[in-house]
Amino acid sequence: MIFIARRILQAIPILFGVSLVVFGLVHIVPGNPIDLLMPPEASPEVIAQMKKAFGFDQPLYMQYLLWLARAARGDFGLSVFNATPVWGQLITALGNTFVLAVLAAILGFTLGVVFGLLAATYHGRWPDKVFSAIATTGVSLPHYWFAIVMVMVCAVLHDWLPAQGMGDDSLPLYDRLQYLIMPVITLSLIPMGVIGRLVRATVLEILGQEFVGALTAKGLTRWPVIRHICKNAAPPVLALMGLQFGYLLGGSILVETVFNWPGSGNLLNLAIFRRDIPVLQATILVLASFFVVLNLLVDIAQAAIDPRIRR
Amino acid sequence: MSQATIDFIRSRLPVSEEALQAPPAPGYWRAVSQRLARDPVTIAVTIILLAIVFIALGAPLVAGADPYAGNVLMRLKPIGTPGHWLGTDETGRDLWARLCYGGRLSLLAGILPVIISLVIGGFLGILAGYVSGLVGTLIMRTMDVFYAFPSILLAIAICGLLGNGLSNSVIALALVFIPPMVRISETVTTQARQLDFVEAARASGTTTMQIIRHHVLANVLGPILVYATSLISVSIILSAGLSFLGLGVTPPQAEWGLMLNSLRQAIYVQPYVAALPGVMIFVTSMCFNLMSDGFRSAMDVRLNK
Repeated sequence: MIFIARRILQAIPILFGVSLVVFGLVHIVPGNPIDLLMPPEASPEVIAQMKKAFGFDQPLYMQYLLWLARAARGDFGLSVFNATPVWGQLITALGNTFVLAVLAAILGFTLGVVFGLLAATYHGRWPDKVFSAIATTGVSLPHYWFAIVMVMVCAVLHDWLPAQGMGDDSLPLYDRLQYLIMPVITLSLIPMGVIGRLVRATVLEILGQEFVGALTAKGLTRWPVIRHICKNAAPPVLALMGLQFGYLLGGSILVETVFNWPGSGNLLNLAIFRRDIPVLQATILVLASFFVVLNLLVDIAQAAIDPRIRR
Repeated sequence: MSQATIDFIRSRLPVSEEALQAPPAPGYWRAVSQRLARDPVTIAVTIILLAIVFIALGAPLVAGADPYAGNVLMRLKPIGTPGHWLGTDETGRDLWARLCYGGRLSLLAGILPVIISLVIGGFLGILAGYVSGLVGTLIMRTMDVFYAFPSILLAIAICGLLGNGLSNSVIALALVFIPPMVRISETVTTQARQLDFVEAARASGTTTMQIIRHHVLANVLGPILVYATSLISVSIILSAGLSFLGLGVTPPQAEWGLMLNSLRQAIYVQPYVAALPGVMIFVTSMCFNLMSDGFRSAMDVRLNK
């Protein structure tokens, strides 16, 4: 309990730091966002009015405090581009990204653990070489390129799957699932490779430790021994899974761009090109905060499995 | 004198008794290079990488065509067209020439951020690990904040806000790689600081700078360099990814990620030509990954049997 409380307390200054970095990043660029957005022929009065309406006329530290106070209540203001509430756009986009990330994580983690375990069990023999090669390929593939190749094969050369978008709400479930296949496979490649490599390395290291031999010598059968190995391998693997899930949520922008998936990555991309500061700030802040909370949960889960970490 | 005092003095002696009795070390780097020489995969990928670097650097010699000269009549020709053996892009420019020249910017944009983060991150990490105290805590807590951003998100945010261009993409990626580099350097330095001979050197009055130069750096540089080579692969993928989003190198410059982006619409016309820039990114990042793996296992002392 003390560990959990201390870990939560540690996360708070990090969250503050994150908000400061996000705000700082956005305001490092010279020029007021309204000046960039308004047409050159707009009258000074209109520009001043716009600045006042969006709060850009205040000094920077006031802007930061106001923004933080509102953000804490879930109010991210209005989009400068189309004057709709940022929160609504963000929630829809995050939901769409979440669907992709969860499915890709399930697929990638399962394959990674299976490949890693098999490679470690057959260390040095052909399954090890095959699975290690698959894992290394997964880590080295530029996934945006793999996405294009998938579209090429499955949508252009053959007519197997829809090339982009997420389908209409009116379509039956089976048709809408088809839109998920390519993005999910593409996104699962990196987690599969990263987790596979770590599981292989960790399990190999544990297999070399004395307690495994001792357990076997005590007469334990195969499965209880494997259970002990898994329990020892779990903390580092769990930690990496948490990180990877965070990357899936925050780093899906490239894949979402190729598949035109209306998620948070796409929203971010649009916000960058429209210089839509409120949307940009909100998206980065929410994704980064998510990442902090995720790391917190992973730490707590790790401590629950391995008492040695609770120090 | 009590036994505990004797043990304490022994542990602080400049040369431990075991070290005096141990046979002379066979030479760590010699063992590493011997192990590398017996690893065909690492040799093969190193040769491929050297070839890619050579083609990129010697682009004017091997390209055989102007990478910027377009021809409306020769748009999107397939692989194997006479005069354009890898076909042409959407404005009729020779694809082989653009791939050669593209290697220059792609390699530069991929490797430079790693070198910058190696220098800055390595310095901060060794400092934080060796000095610890307030400075160390300050450095590490600041890094924790940057650690809270998924790397692609941070790179895209920085690059998107600074505006596009090669230098901004290099800055963005360097900033992204500094925190993990600091963390690795800090960890290995903390470990090295506790080694017996470092303590011995300190006890015998060696200055901090000398200890860092002679003892800590020698033990720390290996792991940090291996980690840096493993980052090159990620860096190449990410820097090409930034250009792919339109946030990196600007047209009409030749760069693999940007080429992939501008050929994206051509997958309906010339799918194989459109996929080529991505093949280059993939092969390069794969080779860097395998090379880094090879170096890591060759330098792993525990496998020295």
